Amino acid sequence: MKKNIIIIISLLIAYLSGQYLINTGIIDSYLQLNIFLIGINIILAVSLNLITGFTGQFSLGHAAFMSIGAYTSAILTAKMGLPFIVALIASGIVSAIAGVLIGIPTLRLKGDYLAIATLGFGEIVRILALNTDYIGGAIGFNDIPQYTNWTYVFIMTVVTVLVIRYFLNSFHGRACIAIREDEIAAEAMGVNLTLYKVFAFAIGAFFAGIAGSLYANYFYFIKPDSFGFMKSVDIVVTVVFGGMGSILGSIVGAIALSVISLFLQNIPELRMVIYSIILFLVMVYRPTGLVGKKDKEGKYFKGLRKEDFQHVSAKGN
Amino acid sequence: MSVLKVTNLTKNFGGIKAVTDVNLNIEMGEIIGLIGPNGAGKTTLFNLLTGIYVPTSGQIEYNLNTKVKTKDLKPHKMVHYGVSRTFQNIRLFKDMSVLDNVLLGFHSLLFKRSISRKDSFDEAYELLKKFNLLNKKDELAKNLPYGDQRRLEIARALASKPMILLLDEPAAGMNPKETKELKDLIFWIRNEYHLTIILIEHDMSLVMNICERIFVFDYGNLVASGTPKEIQNNKRVITAYLGEEAV
Amino acid sequence: MEQLIQQLINGVSLGSIYALIALGYTMVYGIINLINFAHGEIYMMGAYIGFALTTFLGLGFAPSLILSMIGCSILGMVIEKVAYKPIRNSSRISALITAISVSLFLQYTMMYFVSPQTRTFPEVLKRKSISLLNGKIIIDQKNIYIVAITVLLMLLLQYVVKKTKLGKAMRAVAQDKEAAELMGVDVNKIISFTFAIGSALAGAAGVLVGIYYNTINPLMGATPGLKAFVAAVFGGIGIIPGAVLGGFSLGMIETVVSAYGGSVFKDAVAFAILILILLIKPNGLLGKTVKEKV
Repeated sequence: MKKNIIIIISLLIAYLSGQYLINTGIIDSYLQLNIFLIGINIILAVSLNLITGFTGQFSLGHAAFMSIGAYTSAILTAKMGLPFIVALIASGIVSAIAGVLIGIPTLRLKGDYLAIATLGFGEIVRILALNTDYIGGAIGFNDIPQYTNWTYVFIMTVVTVLVIRYFLNSFHGRACIAIREDEIAAEAMGVNLTLYKVFAFAIGAFFAGIAGSLYANYFYFIKPDSFGFMKSVDIVVTVVFGGMGSILGSIVGAIALSVISLFLQNIPELRMVIYSIILFLVMVYRPTGLVGKKDKEGKYFKGLRKEDFQHVSAKGN
Repeated sequence: MSVLKVTNLTKNFGGIKAVTDVNLNIEMGEIIGLIGPNGAGKTTLFNLLTGIYVPTSGQIEYNLNTKVKTKDLKPHKMVHYGVSRTFQNIRLFKDMSVLDNVLLGFHSLLFKRSISRKDSFDEAYELLKKFNLLNKKDELAKNLPYGDQRRLEIARALASKPMILLLDEPAAGMNPKETKELKDLIFWIRNEYHLTIILIEHDMSLVMNICERIFVFDYGNLVASGTPKEIQNNKRVITAYLGEEAV
Repeated sequence: MEQLIQQLINGVSLGSIYALIALGYTMVYGIINLINFAHGEIYMMGAYIGFALTTFLGLGFAPSLILSMIGCSILGMVIEKVAYKPIRNSSRISALITAISVSLFLQYTMMYFVSPQTRTFPEVLKRKSISLLNGKIIIDQKNIYIVAITVLLMLLLQYVVKKTKLGKAMRAVAQDKEAAELMGVDVNKIISFTFAIGSALAGAAGVLVGIYYNTINPLMGATPGLKAFVAAVFGGIGIIPGAVLGGFSLGMIETVVSAYGGSVFKDAVAFAILILILLIKPNGLLGKTVKEKV
């Protein structure tokens, strides 16, 4: 109880001081942009971590859910003139529905195969968006009202972290982690694999949709290519960089990578080269991520083991 | 009263007959042993009994709180029906704590809301205490010694409050002292929880000591059944184990 | 009808390219279970080596093709040694991210050195069309070259894998690394060799695509790389004839979809097919079902 009060007070202080610094202009618009991006990236990373780090389902299509959220929000605010809070929640719900629809068939797959199927799904969403004139097609969606502010970013980031943390501490969350550890044993203990995988996928997609909404209503303008394969990779990298199966890791990872890319902006032509080298070095020397637990075999992440690639369900033929 | 009735059960994998025309009838409260050489179809039978495999033909019928038919068998529903199991190659949740492993055993009860979150913790502590694992509750399952891992898996299976407990080679890899302790533990479990226990085991001293009835498998066929004494003197069993020349 | 035949002919050429890239994917996946995302970039490097050799050194078609295959096989072996060997025992996800990092590294290093602009590949093969059915169907000499070279390389690969000692060792390592090692197979050497062959095929595809489409750029490997992977999964990953079947099928499906008005959706169709295949027959058309032991 005492711990909760401390958390609430420190969050309040963080929020108010952030608001103060923005109001007084000490945080200029450039810094503000980066802080907002960090918030959005935390939401994306934590939500993917639930799917990949905790439930062990390797997704390379998380940006697609962000995209669905972003376009939903853009349509609702720019075309229909609805209030932002409605658009924000609707974005999450539409993404979550997409998550369920995609999840039910694809989550039977495991490991690399699931990764590739989700990658394919992400590309399909992008290509459909590119060819839908109603939402601007390849030119992009313009004139989205800028509703996203510090309050929305702060509250949504905190809500994402708290909801996912709460979920993981419940017996439902424990069931998800058990699926990562050993699907067959989890099933023998009464865990409905499809239900929990799809559930985790839907929650993850919901928050990715929220992140998309915040993104769309901050930048006025979105285009399908902003949510392509590379964006999905970025989110996976954030999760792995911070530490699989660690919420704190995802937060730290999102902040660290944002700061790194901030520095790299000064050398645009070498930015991606250096980024790729950093990525490689982390994978070789610290595969458990910044906050991940160390493991004797160097395989902290047990969700994707060799056995998992015998991807056909164990059920009789 | 019969709790499990298996009729003409057959399972083929492609051309291989893993289980052929097996008939069993198991009474409430019995301790049953399944023995036979490796590849005789014992684990396949367990997998059929727990819905992991679908039978090629034949019937499986449980008579527990409700009647459960072959078509109702689904892996994730077995604990809900009252059938819980352990695995030959221990399947713990390795990167979860000992306590979390046992807590997961309560999943089905929590899901049905037939136990509160607080009670599940209390009962998990209780179980760990009985299995001498309470002082290790916060360790990761993978860091436990082998014997502890076997016992933790049984504790996890018991958490779901089964009426039938299936143990797949519980003594595998244990030393004689641990095996003896396991024997006492199994007796104790049966008496404490009024369970029907079916176990697959290669350790003959254990099987002969604790099982009331034994079923012998060879090449997917049920070749003999009876009390330990009857089995020890059965010609076909000796053939299955030692080959023709020994007879 | 003529249009369909014409498109199928184009599809076979495109399919050849996919098949050549898919072979490398499938071989590497078969041997170390890694989706080598950098494979598309090796194909891109092949195109650039071919471009440099023909443009700056004025070499002809055949020497450029062979030298660029050699260049790519060296590159493939270096990538394996430097990037993939250290992570061979890591989790799948770190292996996949490593592969992505290598892919990004090659893309952007090339962009830095050769600039992101699109280059025009010189015409090393003269345009010479063959008309069929009163000129309703036109086959260019290039189509014939591409398909012929692809078939030749595939036969060569089939020979190496099925008939040589090296090929036997490759198959052994793909099935069981430990057992192969115990039987005296030098696993490291075989993995290197697999990368060399796979990369050489990708290099050939790079040169052929340069000749066929005339343009190359540093990001050209990304989409064909992914699609070649789709082709490999389509036929059954790890299975060499599967990659060929997958490559040709994908090429033809794509050109036919484009021809009938769906050109903007052709990539989406490829991925939709991928998802369908994974759901209906996850081991691919030629794959066998594997069971998990309980």
